[in-house]
Amino acid sequence: MKHKMNRKYKLGVFALLVLAGIAIVTIATVYFHAHPVAVLSPAGPVAHKERGLIIMTLLLSLIVVVPVFGLLVLFAWKYRASNTKARYTPDWDRNRLAEIVWWLVPSLLILVISVITWNSSHQLDPYKRLDGNAKELIVQVVALDWKWLFIYPEQHIASVNFVQFPSDMPVDFEITADAPMNSFWIPRLGGQIYAMPGMSTQLHLMASTNDSFKGSSANISGTGFASMKFAAKSSSQADFDKWVQSARQSSAMLDTATYNELAKPSSNNPAFYYAWAQDGLYNNVIMKYMSPDAGMNMQPMNASAP
Amino acid sequence: MNLLGRLNMQALPHDPIIIAAVGGPTLAVVIAVLVLLKFKGVGWFIKIGTYIWKEWLTTLDPKRIGVMYILVALAMLLRGFVDAMMMRAQQATSVGSSHGFLSPDHFQQIFSAHGTVMIFFVAMGLMFGLINLILPLQIGSRDVAFPFLNSVSFWLFTAGMILINLSLVLGQFSAAGWLAYPPLSELQYSPGVGVDYWLWSLQIAGVGSLLSGVNFLVTILKMRAPGMTLMKMPMFAWSVLNSMVLVIFAFPILTVTLALLFLDRSMGMHFFTASNGGNPMMYVNLIWAWGHPEVYILVLPAFGIYSEVVATFSRKRLFGYTSMVWALGAITFLSFSVWLHHFFTMGAGANVNAFFGIMTAVIAIPTGVKIFNWLFTMYRGRIHFGTPMLWFMGFVVTFTIGGVAGVLMSVPAIDFQVHNSLFLVAHFHMMIVGGALFGYFAGLTYWFPKIFGFKLHEKLGRKVFWCWLIGFLLAFVPLYILGLMGATRRLDHYDASQGWQQLFIVAGLGVVVIAIGIGFQILQLLVSIKQRKQNLDTTGDPWNGRTLEWATLSPAPFYNFAVVPEVTDRDAFWASKQAERAQHAEPKTPRYTDISIPKNTPMGMCIAGFAFLFGFATVWHILWLAIIGLLGVIITVIIRTTGDDHEYVLTAAEVEKLELAAHARNYA
Repeated sequence: MKHKMNRKYKLGVFALLVLAGIAIVTIATVYFHAHPVAVLSPAGPVAHKERGLIIMTLLLSLIVVVPVFGLLVLFAWKYRASNTKARYTPDWDRNRLAEIVWWLVPSLLILVISVITWNSSHQLDPYKRLDGNAKELIVQVVALDWKWLFIYPEQHIASVNFVQFPSDMPVDFEITADAPMNSFWIPRLGGQIYAMPGMSTQLHLMASTNDSFKGSSANISGTGFASMKFAAKSSSQADFDKWVQSARQSSAMLDTATYNELAKPSSNNPAFYYAWAQDGLYNNVIMKYMSPDAGMNMQPMNASAP
Repeated sequence: MNLLGRLNMQALPHDPIIIAAVGGPTLAVVIAVLVLLKFKGVGWFIKIGTYIWKEWLTTLDPKRIGVMYILVALAMLLRGFVDAMMMRAQQATSVGSSHGFLSPDHFQQIFSAHGTVMIFFVAMGLMFGLINLILPLQIGSRDVAFPFLNSVSFWLFTAGMILINLSLVLGQFSAAGWLAYPPLSELQYSPGVGVDYWLWSLQIAGVGSLLSGVNFLVTILKMRAPGMTLMKMPMFAWSVLNSMVLVIFAFPILTVTLALLFLDRSMGMHFFTASNGGNPMMYVNLIWAWGHPEVYILVLPAFGIYSEVVATFSRKRLFGYTSMVWALGAITFLSFSVWLHHFFTMGAGANVNAFFGIMTAVIAIPTGVKIFNWLFTMYRGRIHFGTPMLWFMGFVVTFTIGGVAGVLMSVPAIDFQVHNSLFLVAHFHMMIVGGALFGYFAGLTYWFPKIFGFKLHEKLGRKVFWCWLIGFLLAFVPLYILGLMGATRRLDHYDASQGWQQLFIVAGLGVVVIAIGIGFQILQLLVSIKQRKQNLDTTGDPWNGRTLEWATLSPAPFYNFAVVPEVTDRDAFWASKQAERAQHAEPKTPRYTDISIPKNTPMGMCIAGFAFLFGFATVWHILWLAIIGLLGVIITVIIRTTGDDHEYVLTAAEVEKLELAAHARNYA
């Protein structure tokens, strides 16, 4: 009788676990349908390749993880003290073959991952141009306390907390900060890079669809850090041109004086456009951190090691 | 000139949360003292005070110093955990039009304090505490190499701890994150005393850690029992040896880095400033050249604990001892060649990133080997699932998950997508909590009877474990997903349209479950003390242990061993038990000898006290007090080092008397 009760109880627990599992999967499906996971929903070639790398490396890791979890459960069950039928060899403490296996298999695995690391580090080097010789859009990014300034040196316009670019055209973001260190990140387009005062870093990204994206800073930069976020939009070339035209209708001009005003700490700034941006402003922002003795004709320092 | 430097009434707390946080415990202590005073009288206080002073505060016994380390660390665990609860509560509620209950500045101080407290005053405290408790016993030594230096280390650690907590009452704490990257931590962006508090509490505690590193390395190399060659040493001792080597190489880097930042902030220099020729990237390199080895400093001793626990609870020799030693060595060596992986996103070239990425992935090899060796220690064993063993199994689960995340992030192109996101936060908590802290908990449960003479309550211990494991997974698995959704760390507010709130709430629930686990931990301690008669360890060997610490009495006497054991086997105590059983021999009548014991002294506390004054004065720019503090340190060190009456002799007859009394007590 007791045996049957026990069995019923176990069945009940099992059924509950299955139900809970189904419930969690359902909730998760609905939830992630409503809120896509940015890094896993790429909208451009860089993020796409990076997602591929994540999946590939994860699968490779499973070659070690699955045996570890399996053996843990198996050994814990089989060699529990109450199971006196199991073999017990208290002094058995070495086996050359077994040890060679688990030095060698992880080593081979890491060798494969190392090759992937080497190749992907070069292929996805943020400084590397996408798409060879295709025409690029240059956007200069300045992280300020606590907003993002985007300067379009070729279009001679600028914007705050909003950046637009044509889809299918590589964008060359040149990035600095006139503030503490920040990190420039648009997860659906690809990885981030630091924005640092006195230095210029580079990030090449491209969107392959017309869409809107969220961008933010990933590095703490002071009180207003949470508002270091911006909207990015990819559109057709025509829509982009239209947007540039509309920005030129703005009454605001970005010269050194307005820049200095803008650079003062402020947070939660709404999107804003400047009809005209002074030439060389980006370089001036970088150069102001150079030592006065170094001379003003010095080129901005590239954060990449020469 | 202002005699109090920057210190004035403004420094006192104004925020109601801080007033409550400081006032609450202070009030509780005052009330407790008043109640005790009423019922027990002044005499009782003097008696207790004298006991604490004579037996604890001035002690040079590493076991007692270890207990004090652990008490401080557990108190700090509560503090750091309250910080964590506030952070998650803020993030679960501060969405869209709601801005939560913390101001951005306060929130930033809280996460900066959380990280600093948890690494420096919880993890380091528990680690050095456990090493103090057990290492000398385990290698069959009566003491550490430099007992007085050990006391200095502990008191410097405590001075740093007091300084960081003082920032709650006077002034504010750093809001620049636990590693205080410049230029944010430079005077230009953080003009207040916060970063100075951070800097000096770490500087003082860090010097203590460095001294401990030297102390334990020498102890292991010079004070092992006769017959214990390095390759006969227990695995915990090996792990401590490696960890201390890392301490000795890494902590000077921290000291120098902090000193340079101090010169920048207080003397107008420009090592790390953004302008005038300074280079913040240099700071980031230096701090991680210390910071990465620091992770291994914390986790290696935990690996050592797991090795002891698995072998003991499987009733079997540790599998692959030689492999384990080499794996430790490999990890120690490699840990100095990976620091750049903390900033793949700083714009180093592809070759540099790839090199450091590969080195990082390579560390997974020896770590994986260790996991397989532990698993095969269980294979064909007789596994008893005591709580230390449960902590080990929980560790395998969490550490493996965290390790996979680590391998992912070792690929620079993947790191670009998760760096500084909550994915990273989840990863390193899985390594430091699931790796190091679970190990320390296992060690505390395992070695508790050796120090106090009775075991911790087992049933409550299980509840503690399950709450921690489930709560921990619940709190950090959502963070992996949040990171991939684009949630960066350290956000005090985010837009509702991000869709992060539900996951933050789940993570918050996980924190609540951990809080229940901590509640059980406190209850476990109280119940264990109350019911200690039922859990007494009269044999000195409550777990059927394998190593020398179980060969002496529980609680271990202050001289550790009445007779220094001779070692012939790796599992020295296990082997001697087997031999006795085989020969049905009565244990030999011990032959006692005189033992030199270091005298207790308050000088360690004095040195640290002056160091504290110096730190405090420097934070507030009180020049005269800083000079007094510095001179005080120098003079007390000179006084101590020129004296020579530091030991007394415990005669053989006295040892015999103490041993007989202890045996009589145990068989009563």
